[in-house]
Amino acid sequence: MEALVLAPVNWLEERSGIVGAISYFLFRKVPRGTNWFHTLGSATLTAFIVQLVTGVVLAMYYVPDPDRAWDSINWITNELTLGWLVRGTHRWGASVFIILLFLHMGRVFLFGAYKYPRELNWLIGVAILLLAMLEGFTGYLLPWDQTAYWATVVGININATAPIAGPFIADFLRGGTEIGADTLSRFYAMHMLLVPGALIGLITLHLYLVIRLGVTPPPWGEDAEPDEPSPNGRPRGAREGLVDPKPRGNGGPAITTRSGVEE
Amino acid sequence: MADDLERPGGDAEPEAPPHAAPPSIWPFAFALGIAVALIGLIISWPIAAIGGAIALVFGFLWIRDATREVRGTPSPAPPARDDEAVELEDETAARYPRSVFLEGATLGIGALIGGIVTVPALGFAVLPAFVDQAYDAVDLGPLDNFPEGEWRITKFKSVADEPEDVSRRTAYVRNNGTLDGQASFTIISNRCVHLGCPVQPQGLTAEEVTEIDAESGPVEITATEPSGFVCPCHGGAYDIEGNRTAGPPVRALDRYAYSIMDGRLVLGEPYSVGSVEGEGAEAQITAYKIADPGVHVDGLEQYFYPYVP
Repeated sequence: MEALVLAPVNWLEERSGIVGAISYFLFRKVPRGTNWFHTLGSATLTAFIVQLVTGVVLAMYYVPDPDRAWDSINWITNELTLGWLVRGTHRWGASVFIILLFLHMGRVFLFGAYKYPRELNWLIGVAILLLAMLEGFTGYLLPWDQTAYWATVVGININATAPIAGPFIADFLRGGTEIGADTLSRFYAMHMLLVPGALIGLITLHLYLVIRLGVTPPPWGEDAEPDEPSPNGRPRGAREGLVDPKPRGNGGPAITTRSGVEE
Repeated sequence: MADDLERPGGDAEPEAPPHAAPPSIWPFAFALGIAVALIGLIISWPIAAIGGAIALVFGFLWIRDATREVRGTPSPAPPARDDEAVELEDETAARYPRSVFLEGATLGIGALIGGIVTVPALGFAVLPAFVDQAYDAVDLGPLDNFPEGEWRITKFKSVADEPEDVSRRTAYVRNNGTLDGQASFTIISNRCVHLGCPVQPQGLTAEEVTEIDAESGPVEITATEPSGFVCPCHGGAYDIEGNRTAGPPVRALDRYAYSIMDGRLVLGEPYSVGSVEGEGAEAQITAYKIADPGVHVDGLEQYFYPYVP
């Protein structure tokens, strides 16, 4: 029975190495004291995946046309089977996503997890936050009701008040000098194609750096990084042995697990 | 090479040249001839004939070169190289090896292809929002609907080729009578210059609506007696000439240029207003190019917005 299960897994591993990579990711060492606060990042990722899945399904029924956008939303919410559930999940999930982003950001800040060598990951996280806000802004227009329309008018005009670039940003968002059919379709394209694509790319980078640099121990734990500089000059990115800046391949620091098995 | 192995004492012998035709320009010329002939087939017969002739001549030269060995004719000896020349070539090769060239070529061609694809797409995403942006003239109907000294709310379709839902705009119109024999109107846009919400007239509004089917789209005209305008979103307030009296707006309400054609009032382009002094036909208006709500057109803050698209 075990052989029956393992045969396809081995087949896959031999040809792609993907099984080893996944088990490396899932069973990598984390510092002592890792706790529930460290799950906020994964929770945010989960919220994002929920938005992706529900968004893809909503796109099958939504019509980004000024004459029909509101009708299609009404149809999804009130007529289609389970439409209320998927739209509701997408609508409330958006808020959950943003709230979790901020909680995750707070955890990173309070644990000092933005410090060397993880500054770059903080910057990527800020970009993710801004794009998530853009998702919220562009998604808000799509129901095409009075609230959506006037909130977007005000939102675009707030952008217009930025010095120098403001009027250009506003014209770009509107697709012209006045809000119109182009505004709705370009908000839709940004909301479902441009920004999610960029988000997926940045989240991939974000996770790569998390795996490469390791989890930050909480400041109160046994593994907490002391205030004075590291004696051996190595980054205190994680527990001793997690980050080993020995040059290899492209010259970057290699990641080895405690047992010494290279990735 | 098989030849080398069979030759006794091969080490001392100079290496035989590879069995390949010497470098030749003829294939290129031959291909050019074929291309010219094909183009000629479409454009004109004489060009096709010229192309055919080119292909024939250079094809013959190419075949003559390529078959030289088979025919037993010795190929012209390559120019003798002295040691210095060989050394120089090796040095050049070391400084600029083939792999470097291929690397550069791959990156360069990749960047070129990327640019060819990206630049037009980026331009298409951005430029339409800035190019050919004009305001359509809007026919508001006969002047009889605008009695002297009274305000009218007009709702109209502002863009000819957009659905009415998204292109309906509102303007407040007052006939000021005449100034120096010219008809004078005050036409105020209802777009709040704080953040763009629709300002409302403060005062009684008639229930009766006059509907006109103008060429530029349907127009609704309603009588009103405003004492000023107030925005529902953030409480911006304006007096009857559009000057800010309270709240967050940064300038006076925008106005529309107008003209009178065949006894009908026609809206032109909107423009932004710094402030208005005086009233009615005698009002002195400091006018600026139309700007987005929230954008300062006068005062020190205008220098925050040096370019307005």
